[in-house]
Amino acid sequence: MSTTTNTMQASDLVIGPVTITNRLIVGTGKYGDYETMQRALDASGANVITVAVRRERLIDEQGRSILDFIDTDRYTILPNTAGCFNCEDAVRIAHLGREILSQMNNPGAGWVKLEVLGDRTTLLPDPVGTLEACRQLVDDGFTVMCYSSDDPIMACRLRDAGAASVMPAGSPIGSGRGIANPAAIAIILQLLKDPDHGGAPHYPVIVDAGVGAPSDVTAAMELGADGVLLNTGIAHAKDPVKMAHAMRHACEAGRLGATAGRIAKKLYATASSPWEGVITTIPGE
Amino acid sequence: MEITLNGTTHEIDDGATIANLLLQRDLAATPCAVEVNRQLVPKAKHEQHHLASGDAVEIVTLVGGG
Repeated sequence: MSTTTNTMQASDLVIGPVTITNRLIVGTGKYGDYETMQRALDASGANVITVAVRRERLIDEQGRSILDFIDTDRYTILPNTAGCFNCEDAVRIAHLGREILSQMNNPGAGWVKLEVLGDRTTLLPDPVGTLEACRQLVDDGFTVMCYSSDDPIMACRLRDAGAASVMPAGSPIGSGRGIANPAAIAIILQLLKDPDHGGAPHYPVIVDAGVGAPSDVTAAMELGADGVLLNTGIAHAKDPVKMAHAMRHACEAGRLGATAGRIAKKLYATASSPWEGVITTIPGE
Repeated sequence: MEITLNGTTHEIDDGATIANLLLQRDLAATPCAVEVNRQLVPKAKHEQHHLASGDAVEIVTLVGGG
């Protein structure tokens, strides 16, 4: 047990002023009720959670706010710019989020999950608006966690613009289609993290969006991603709390598997039991 | 005087400050950010910032999101 704990602690992810102790980052949207959200957040093991900025409607039907269900000493809050379709709005929302988190003395005040989307149907990132907003927010002193498509060249452009982390989509937001193009994610990881390709090993790449099943999380981590961010895959599961447990373990399994070094794939079989001493008839021998 | 608050028209006292408005809406102790005419007004300036007739005010907070 202590070996496992030490292994995971040794792999903490540091982004700007924030230490991410669990590489699974989870959203707080789409839950049927706050109690379920609270239990799912706990089960996920996450210490970073995302939120959105919206017009004041601080109370639900029963007179409660989401802030009553989030332990802000436990969680670092990552505010997003969801719902923004141009640079100006994204920058505006980022500043509003920072203002709110500053009042709460939450370390999340220093960063933002930047999303600039193309349209409401696909929710795919607008690369031009994203790059423009990334530059602006970096200039404004934000640690920018930048949601992007799985385009490797775009990922490099965002890194060059000063994004603290590039977060390529596995597949469209909320689609549950998992890692649609593993080769593209693998190229992003190589370009951003491999020194032989101009990358830096500690540059964080977090797969964001599209995760539907625990195996999707594991697949992303096995590719070498530094973390996974997801919301719908847990919140809309039949049993969100159980799924949060599963996602947590999937993330740990993928991370450990990636760092353990998997065997090479071979075309033919290699026996696990020794040939020496067999007393059977072997075809062709 | 009349202002637009979160997209709808509201009547508030002449010369009210942002702090007055938040108090009136029972939000004085709640984490929220305030924009007046699309300009963020930090909390430290809520006491001094007097609203004017026709101002467009947005009060935003945190909600669940991914």
